[in-house]
Amino acid sequence: MAARLEPIVGRYMNLSLGDREHRLYFEEAGQGIPLVCLHTAGADGRQYRHLMNDAAVTQHFRVLAFDMPWHGKSLPPVGFEREDYVLTTRSYTEMIVAFCDALDLVSPVVMGCSIGGRIVLNLAIEHAARFRALIGLEAADFQEGWYDTSWLNRADVHGGEICAALVSGLIAPQSPDPSRHETLWMYKQSGPGVFKGDLYFYRVDGDLRPRIKQIDTSVCPLYLLTGEYDFSCAPDDTRRTVQSIAGGVDVTVMKELGHFPMSENPARFREYILPVLDKIRSQSAVERSKGPEKKRGVR
Amino acid sequence: MTVLGEQDELTALFERLPDLVSRDSDLVRRGALCNAELEVGLGDVTYYLKIAAGRVAVLERQPRPMRSWQFALRATAEAWQKFWMPVPEPGWHDLSALTKRGVATLEGDITPYMTHLQFFKDMFASPRRLVRERP
Repeated sequence: MAARLEPIVGRYMNLSLGDREHRLYFEEAGQGIPLVCLHTAGADGRQYRHLMNDAAVTQHFRVLAFDMPWHGKSLPPVGFEREDYVLTTRSYTEMIVAFCDALDLVSPVVMGCSIGGRIVLNLAIEHAARFRALIGLEAADFQEGWYDTSWLNRADVHGGEICAALVSGLIAPQSPDPSRHETLWMYKQSGPGVFKGDLYFYRVDGDLRPRIKQIDTSVCPLYLLTGEYDFSCAPDDTRRTVQSIAGGVDVTVMKELGHFPMSENPARFREYILPVLDKIRSQSAVERSKGPEKKRGVR
Repeated sequence: MTVLGEQDELTALFERLPDLVSRDSDLVRRGALCNAELEVGLGDVTYYLKIAAGRVAVLERQPRPMRSWQFALRATAEAWQKFWMPVPEPGWHDLSALTKRGVATLEGDITPYMTHLQFFKDMFASPRRLVRERP
């Protein structure tokens, strides 16, 4: 019997980040406009497997998702055993730009969820001209914390179990059980202290409120989509964020979805994301027709 | 739509907890290493619960004075009522959502609660099954 192979291909990339060598794992599928997908804190790129298996997406987009260092199949750097992992605004931004540069992605779209949604806002602040469009899922410039992150990495509490249990409530009750538990499985597999280290960016270093006004969506379109059951980044957090942004932002509140739309309920998510991707494609076609002076080049 | 009403209805649901947990073999399996003593506030009513190997071994209404416990979870009657809806509304669907919005509190040494967080979340959600089964 023939193997039922998926169209997703995985590869490893050697990449220098912050003057340290990293071995980064990434997956991709499809062809066309590069669409770089950023996973949530304490998880990995498998969250986007459904998008990569969706022909309606991959016939127009080259979908790529890398596992951040320390996550998934990407290793931590040499010497990791002598430090606590900490993600910062600077290191996260550098990583995304370096990944796009390494693959010579021209005018890519970046879509990130949760911490990925937050960093997308920073890309809009610092690097808008490099990108064709930016999509923030469960994105806000700041959110109040709702638990003490010291619970996430201590010897007497199982890290995987507590990380998964904490985020389980962020999944909508309507999401199918298999998808719910697959989403949680990635949290159970995460390395010790990795989720906590990611949340340093989310809770401490990455408060974008002072700089959010710098976003100008006439330079790069910004789309924000937030699940109604997400109480970590609630729809009101997203709505508040866009009040400060010039040029208008397309905000969508996704019904019956939570903090992990692409993996907790892929069928429901595609109802929301396909129109956004169509809009980005249409915009790209219009800009092409206007000639090279309107083209947004990465380099 | 099912609507839970008075406090009496809520306490009647909650007092089914020992049976609900014992009948849920998966929950008992996952809680096999969970042993804890806790107080639960359900509106104006307080309960003492003793969890032994993933089962509710003791459920005592208005416990005797100075009975010790490790941690307490207290929530308003409205919070429990909305939490146990068959499909709870956004922001009322998870214990952490309730604590974040200030309608539930955790007190004491919450280490047992955090160590067995999914077990406790699922245990406290189990009366929802009864509400779902209502005609």
